[in-house]
Amino acid sequence: MWFEDAVFWILAVVAIAGSVGVVLVRDLFRASLLLSLVFIAVGGFFILMNAEFLAVVQVLIYVGAIAVLFIFAVMLTRDVQRGNTPNRLQVPAAFIATLLLVMMVATVVTTDWTTLAGAGLENKSRVAQIQAVGIPDAARLTAAGLTADEVTDVQTGGLADLLIGEFVLPFEAVSLLLLAAAIGGLALARGRGR
Amino acid sequence: MLTEPLVWAIFLLPVASFLIIGLVLRPAISAVPALAKASGYLTIIALGIGFALSIWLLRSSAHGVIYAFPPHLWLDLGPASVQMGLLLDPLTNIMLVVVTGVSLMVQIYSLAYMDGDRSFARYYAYMSLFSASMIGLVLASNIVQMYVFWELVGLSSYLLIGFWHDRPAAAAAAKKAFIITRIGDVGFLLAIIFLFFQADTFAARGLNAFHIPDIWEAARPIAAGGAGIVAGGALLWLCLGLFAGAVGKSGQFPLHTWLPDAMEGPTPVSALIHAATMVAAGVFLVGRFFPVFAESEVAMMVVALIGAFTAVFAATMALAANDIKRVMAYSTVSQLGYMMAALGVGAYNAALFHLFTHAFFKALLFLGAGSVNHAAGTFNMMYMGGLRKSMPWTYGLTLVGALSLVGIFPLAGFWSKDEILLESWLAGGAAPVAIVVFFALLVGVLLTAFYSFRMIHLTFHGEFRGGGERELHDVAAAGQPAPTGVTHHVHLGESPRVMVAPMFLLGISAVIAGWLANPIGVGMLFGLIPSHWLTEYLASGLHDGHHAPPFSIAMAVISNVVALAGIGLAVLVYAWPRAFTSLDPLTRGGVVHTLLAQRYYFDDLYEGLIVNRIFYRITVAATDWIDRNVVDGIVGLLGWISRNIGGLIALAQNGQVQTYPLAAATGGLVILILYLILG
Amino acid sequence: MSLESMLIVAAIIFCIGLYGALARRNFIAVLMSIELMFNAVNLTLVAMGRWLVPFAVQEQLSTVLTGQVFAVFIITVAAAEIALGLGIVFAVYRTNESVDLTDAATMRH
Repeated sequence: MWFEDAVFWILAVVAIAGSVGVVLVRDLFRASLLLSLVFIAVGGFFILMNAEFLAVVQVLIYVGAIAVLFIFAVMLTRDVQRGNTPNRLQVPAAFIATLLLVMMVATVVTTDWTTLAGAGLENKSRVAQIQAVGIPDAARLTAAGLTADEVTDVQTGGLADLLIGEFVLPFEAVSLLLLAAAIGGLALARGRGR
Repeated sequence: MLTEPLVWAIFLLPVASFLIIGLVLRPAISAVPALAKASGYLTIIALGIGFALSIWLLRSSAHGVIYAFPPHLWLDLGPASVQMGLLLDPLTNIMLVVVTGVSLMVQIYSLAYMDGDRSFARYYAYMSLFSASMIGLVLASNIVQMYVFWELVGLSSYLLIGFWHDRPAAAAAAKKAFIITRIGDVGFLLAIIFLFFQADTFAARGLNAFHIPDIWEAARPIAAGGAGIVAGGALLWLCLGLFAGAVGKSGQFPLHTWLPDAMEGPTPVSALIHAATMVAAGVFLVGRFFPVFAESEVAMMVVALIGAFTAVFAATMALAANDIKRVMAYSTVSQLGYMMAALGVGAYNAALFHLFTHAFFKALLFLGAGSVNHAAGTFNMMYMGGLRKSMPWTYGLTLVGALSLVGIFPLAGFWSKDEILLESWLAGGAAPVAIVVFFALLVGVLLTAFYSFRMIHLTFHGEFRGGGERELHDVAAAGQPAPTGVTHHVHLGESPRVMVAPMFLLGISAVIAGWLANPIGVGMLFGLIPSHWLTEYLASGLHDGHHAPPFSIAMAVISNVVALAGIGLAVLVYAWPRAFTSLDPLTRGGVVHTLLAQRYYFDDLYEGLIVNRIFYRITVAATDWIDRNVVDGIVGLLGWISRNIGGLIALAQNGQVQTYPLAAATGGLVILILYLILG
Repeated sequence: MSLESMLIVAAIIFCIGLYGALARRNFIAVLMSIELMFNAVNLTLVAMGRWLVPFAVQEQLSTVLTGQVFAVFIITVAAAEIALGLGIVFAVYRTNESVDLTDAATMRH
């Protein structure tokens, strides 16, 4: 457990420091690189939370696509020299953000969470999640202490099954959204009359 | 035996005539001008059939046939449903004959009088509408139904007074008539509303608060076998409300000022509406609710005193009027006062008898005035004179009408007026008010005789004074606008036969109509009509019928002596050249004459003081102030608030994208804080 | 490592992103900050799925994956958003010759 905790804290420091950097660094190119760092740290968090598939997606999409897009955008616009200056809303924004943070932390601390560990389900859930993104091996699931019914459930209940099963409607909607975004991005970038 | 559709036909035929003229003939007239005449014939045919049916109805009713047709439901308002029905009591039957008969005569007369008017068809459309409304009013068995026709009658009166709406005086007179009668109608409407609120009480006794016979029943005390629902103060106010409507319609004091001005309309209209029928609607209304009035002593007293006062008051104004139609108008107001006074002293049948005879001789007088105007081109008696030579028929018939109006034995007016005088004298035994009424009416007889023969003399005797041509010349010289109805068209000669014939028929009626009720039984000689026939017939319609008193020779002598004295005085003043030199010696009356000629300054009081000073200066000024300061202030304040709120919101809508998420974040924060605090 | 610590880290990243989105002039920096906020939300969702008892855990263990499903959707939406956002950046840049948001106060050509 100490290993996980150590990794968590390192990732936390990296993510927070990176975020602060993204916001405060004047050079937008460096900000983009720091953003990639934060994305990678978040991917690390996903691995820590047994969401390996998401971690892969995170690195592929965020680091591989979005961060690169940002770098392109930064390099294609000529404001790089002027940099990332603050606007007049700096003080109220800082005030609101700080207050919101205080409130959220207070909420997190004061809420009485019903965790899996508290309910004695820690182990089962972890196995389920590992299997959800991997190959549902019945032997491994049984070894993890799941009953026969639960094994079947987990085997058929992977993330992919959920996406094209229970969540198929939002899934299709998202595909449409992506299509619209692609067309819209094209239209915007192409400009008028050209 | 009449069936219900036949009775409705009396009402529906003029309606149909109105609709056909208005919707079919008038649009087609521009293409086929001959259709204009057709509209006149159509109206006359409709009214002719109606007159025949009315006579039939009266005849069979007089022979004891009782017509009672169940009313038809119109509006279901819970306990008080409004019905459309026919109330065929003797009063209705008599009124039907008067309305359709006089109307028919006037329509025939109008064929010639209105000949060549470019709105000939419109005239007949309005006349049909008026006749239909008046017949509907008379037939109504329901007070709401009655009110509808009451207002329709007022509307057609308005339309016909303002018939020549391109003349400012006519338009103003129409508005004046409409507004002043409306003041009285408020009382009528309040009475209906009062009845509506009593509907549950009525319904508890199985009565309908709007059904007229049920209202009679409700007013009758329990001791007399009635329902006794409305009594005491409520009864008084109900009566006063109804009477207010009657005062407005019948031009009684203090709402009399519209009637003389209403003479701006065509003369046949004046004859039909403002002399014979519509103005009698007020008397009819009081007569219709006579069983209700009879239960309230105070209401009866008010009716009697207003009537008697109006009878004298209007007659004095007739003394100083120069316009022949205005003389007639004041005479009408005065005679309506007689009827009201008679109703007030309880002489129901005498009042309606007078209404009956008055309709004929007053219509005759008006048609005579129209005939005179046809020849002389003016209504101003100062420019007439000597017409008896050129138009003997008109002279003779007008003289008959005037004698009938004055009440000289044995003309129609004598019988009815004499009965009113006798009844009020007899009623004086019980109520001192009736004695006051009696003497007022006697003074009225004297004044009536005087102004009638002043009118006769100025119009028909002496030398011709130039007519409309001369008047226009004088008026132009004085730099005043030309009065209405005055033309250069002066041709001294008798009017066409189609005008004289209806006058002749009315003249016959003005002579013999009184015999329908002749108290001395002369009619028995002809073996046709028993004595007191009309009054007895009318009385049969009442629950506790009031019977006419026996004829009193003393009273007849007194009233005739007074009337002859008035005539003699007029002859002395006007016809005796050596006595006075000026044309109208009354003008020497100084202040009194001015007061009379200015109509007691009532028009100035109403228009100058009440309307201009009080209404415009105070009410209008106050509402203007409220409008400017309060209403506009509120509007301005609303504008100011929205402008400033808008400015405030515009501060946020500054186009800076990031202020919006800042506001959103603030909102989210507030929600979170509230959640932590409250939940 | 616990639910609380994970959530607090996410909250911190979220608030930093919020500050950046509100207080930066540069359009691209604002978009980056928004991406930070997306990531913080994703962290929260996955953490909830990882540690909390799902509503229907007794019937179907797979419901523990709901948080991750949402995270997938958010990543997709973020990708679309950034594609459009950068498209807008270029459109604004072409019009204004700058990517300063405060200059783009009137939404017109």
